Amino acid sequence: MIPLSAYVALSAILFMTGLIGVLIRRNFIIVLMSVEIMLNAANINLVAFSHYLESMAGQMTALFVIAIAAGEAAIGLAIIIVVFRGKIATNVDQVNILKW
Amino acid sequence: MIYLLFGYFATVSIIAGVFTIALRNPVHCGMSLLALLLHVAGLFVILNAEFLFAVQIIVYAGAILILYLFVLMLLNLKTEEQFLHKKYPFALFAGVAILGELLILVFQTPYGGIRGKATTEVLLTTGPSHAIGITMFSDYLLLFEIVGVFLLGAIIGAIVLAKTPSSPVAKADRSN
Repeated sequence: MIPLSAYVALSAILFMTGLIGVLIRRNFIIVLMSVEIMLNAANINLVAFSHYLESMAGQMTALFVIAIAAGEAAIGLAIIIVVFRGKIATNVDQVNILKW
Repeated sequence: MIYLLFGYFATVSIIAGVFTIALRNPVHCGMSLLALLLHVAGLFVILNAEFLFAVQIIVYAGAILILYLFVLMLLNLKTEEQFLHKKYPFALFAGVAILGELLILVFQTPYGGIRGKATTEVLLTTGPSHAIGITMFSDYLLLFEIVGVFLLGAIIGAIVLAKTPSSPVAKADRSN
């Protein structure tokens, strides 16, 4: 039996990888991909606790997280297309029109 | 055996995650994100969540990642010389420091909680998909409906955002 802390540690490592990706990358799409890594880390955590506490609630929450991630990807990519079409930028630090 | 599988899936998913944020070419980043998603799906199998394994592969690797790659190739982003922020060492240092702190906390916490009714024996007799379906349409029915409305809103929002705005000349032509 693998200890629960192994799963939680893996989830923490993946979450921090995604967070560092959000902080250091300049490209829009890579930033969104890093957000997906963070959502996956949260899913691992939820499913691991669901397995070890023998409850269905964690798996249900993970299922809803996946649905929300799909919506987030669609909206985020639509916003990226709009920003790119307006020839504003392809990097996050160049988008500085929306200042206030 | 199960330790070997867990070690393989965990190691490859961490390496793929690091590649996703470290590679220069965005398409290569998408490919390593695909590797990460598939190995996380493998972890779900070890955790007795076969339904989530299928959903992870179908929705994440099949739909979301294809959407990312589609937009990546549609926009034709060229590989840039400077793909990180100028002050990225600060963010990297802060991230690694927080990770160390989190790992100390993770290995010192005594885990516990109230156990539910979905034991391994119950899951093996009825099947995990059956259990998840019964739970979804009894306890989580309201949440299920709300997610449906949310997805509808996301579809409408994406269509409205990505629609080509018509120019004023074309509008004047249409009204005549």
